Amino acid sequence: MFAATRLNRRSYRNQSVARAVFCLMTVALVIPVLLIVGTLVVKGGPAISWEFLFTPPRDNMTAGGILPALVGTVWLVVVALLASVPLGIAAALYLSEYAPDNLLTRTINLAIINLAGVPSIVHALFGVGAFVLFFRFGASILAASLTLAIMTLPVVIVATRESLQAVPQAFREACLNMGATRWQTIRKVVLPNSVSGILTGVILEVSRTAGETAPIMFTGATAFVAFLPESVFDQTMAMSYHLYYTATQATDVPEELTFGVALVLIGMVLLMNAVSIGFRVYLRGLKKW
Amino acid sequence: MTPAGSPGAGAGIGAMDRRDMAWHVDRAARLLVFVGGISAIVFIVGIFVFITKEGLAFVLGPLKLGEFLTSIAWRPTSNNPTYGALALIVGTASVTGFAMLLSVPLSLGAALFIAEFASGKTRETLKVLVEMLAAIPSVVWGFVGMSIMNPLIIQTFDIPVGLNVLNAGLILGLMAAPIMTTIAEDALKAVPDTYREAAEALGATRWEVIVKVVIPASRNGLLAAVLLGVGRGFGETMAVLMASGHAINLPTSVFDSVRALTATIAAELGDTVTGGNHYGSLFTLGILLFVVTFAINLTADIVVRGIRRK
Repeated sequence: MFAATRLNRRSYRNQSVARAVFCLMTVALVIPVLLIVGTLVVKGGPAISWEFLFTPPRDNMTAGGILPALVGTVWLVVVALLASVPLGIAAALYLSEYAPDNLLTRTINLAIINLAGVPSIVHALFGVGAFVLFFRFGASILAASLTLAIMTLPVVIVATRESLQAVPQAFREACLNMGATRWQTIRKVVLPNSVSGILTGVILEVSRTAGETAPIMFTGATAFVAFLPESVFDQTMAMSYHLYYTATQATDVPEELTFGVALVLIGMVLLMNAVSIGFRVYLRGLKKW
Repeated sequence: MTPAGSPGAGAGIGAMDRRDMAWHVDRAARLLVFVGGISAIVFIVGIFVFITKEGLAFVLGPLKLGEFLTSIAWRPTSNNPTYGALALIVGTASVTGFAMLLSVPLSLGAALFIAEFASGKTRETLKVLVEMLAAIPSVVWGFVGMSIMNPLIIQTFDIPVGLNVLNAGLILGLMAAPIMTTIAEDALKAVPDTYREAAEALGATRWEVIVKVVIPASRNGLLAAVLLGVGRGFGETMAVLMASGHAINLPTSVFDSVRALTATIAAELGDTVTGGNHYGSLFTLGILLFVVTFAINLTADIVVRGIRRK
């Protein structure tokens, strides 16, 4: 009575085919990640050593290590975070806790999407026009970091807003009912319950900031400096720009060295991402409500 | 609430209205947070103002719009400079177009698989891998194009140069895929489960549910995902600079080298004199990029808003 008809069988065959095709498509997207990381490890792995990580480049970049670039990237990331994290959290608090559903809020949301969508080289042009020239910071860590901060601001805003909105409304109402002001509610209830989610977003931003090249090319990154940066008004080397420079501009750089730079850069970025993802999964397990 | 007009109402409200320290802190916090909120608008307007400020002298002076849009002669450093951006526009369009041919079907397929077929551990793993794909910095993609794909393409197709539309398009396709996959998956997940259950109760297979119910219901979200992917590809700089060959050329096949708008700015800005014509021309390219990406993002936003209202 319930034997499959020809129509049933054809439907099921269609479903299996669709499933297989979509599965293959997904695999086609994720395989390259593994291939790329694998190739970089195989070709760049031999270059990695203590000397590579902790000495400056020698002989026109054809030998030696990457210390100034590593230190420079840390400077850029830290200064960028100092600017963008407070601002991003404030923006997310406004959008999640205060903003009414009106034209201004929609405009803010559109601006955030656009900040994330504007090409990185346009951010670089803005950095040159605004920070290097108009505010007279010159090509410096400060100018480069502020450019990076504005570019990655949406990452902090979106992640923070999500974790703020994950705090149940009842928590806020309970606190407000006790006579607390809006700010006291945020300070004592909302933020403590979402701080780990915010941290996840910040780590993700670190990884984005460390990998960007175009925005820093004309605002503060330089191909070679013999000394480590001492203030935010110095120019600096950076890992991402160093990879671009050794891969395209410098001559006679041994292949192994360039692969080593790429491996360290992608290692840094993916490690940060893995930490952020792991943190998120761990937090999801901890949620009590 | 005290009923209005009853005796003592004013005094009662007066007693409740305690403007103490906490009240002032709350006021200050509200203001600070508001400033943070509108900062995004300030920055996006600031970007437009500053790139226009630097590019305006060129736009009003030496720019000949006809030449800019129809000539392929981009010779900003010659003694008799010409600023024809046609080859750059076509270069960007060809690389982005090729990338989308690859990336749109793959991303939408992957989103369908992750949202509708995969479950549990498989689904989480795939999502993490897609996120990893999004995390690879563009300069590393460019390096992959130069040092891994380039020899591979030369060998496979037996051509002299492997830095071309094919190389840059493949890389750009993989770069634009995660954003499309993620947004498309969100759109698919936004379709209420009751729709799927209703269709399945009528005897539809998973595939029939997808084609007849889920895709029509999430059409706008999927379109927005594609648009944002196009925007991403259009604005990519480092990977295209390193993998496209950076040659001014109207491509006739995928094996031709091209040069993109973004890559031109990145390659040339360092050699210009601040305030000069060449400098201004690069900012003009920047204005063009800004306006086009803004239009793409705005369209995507309106498309998504369309479904919400329904």
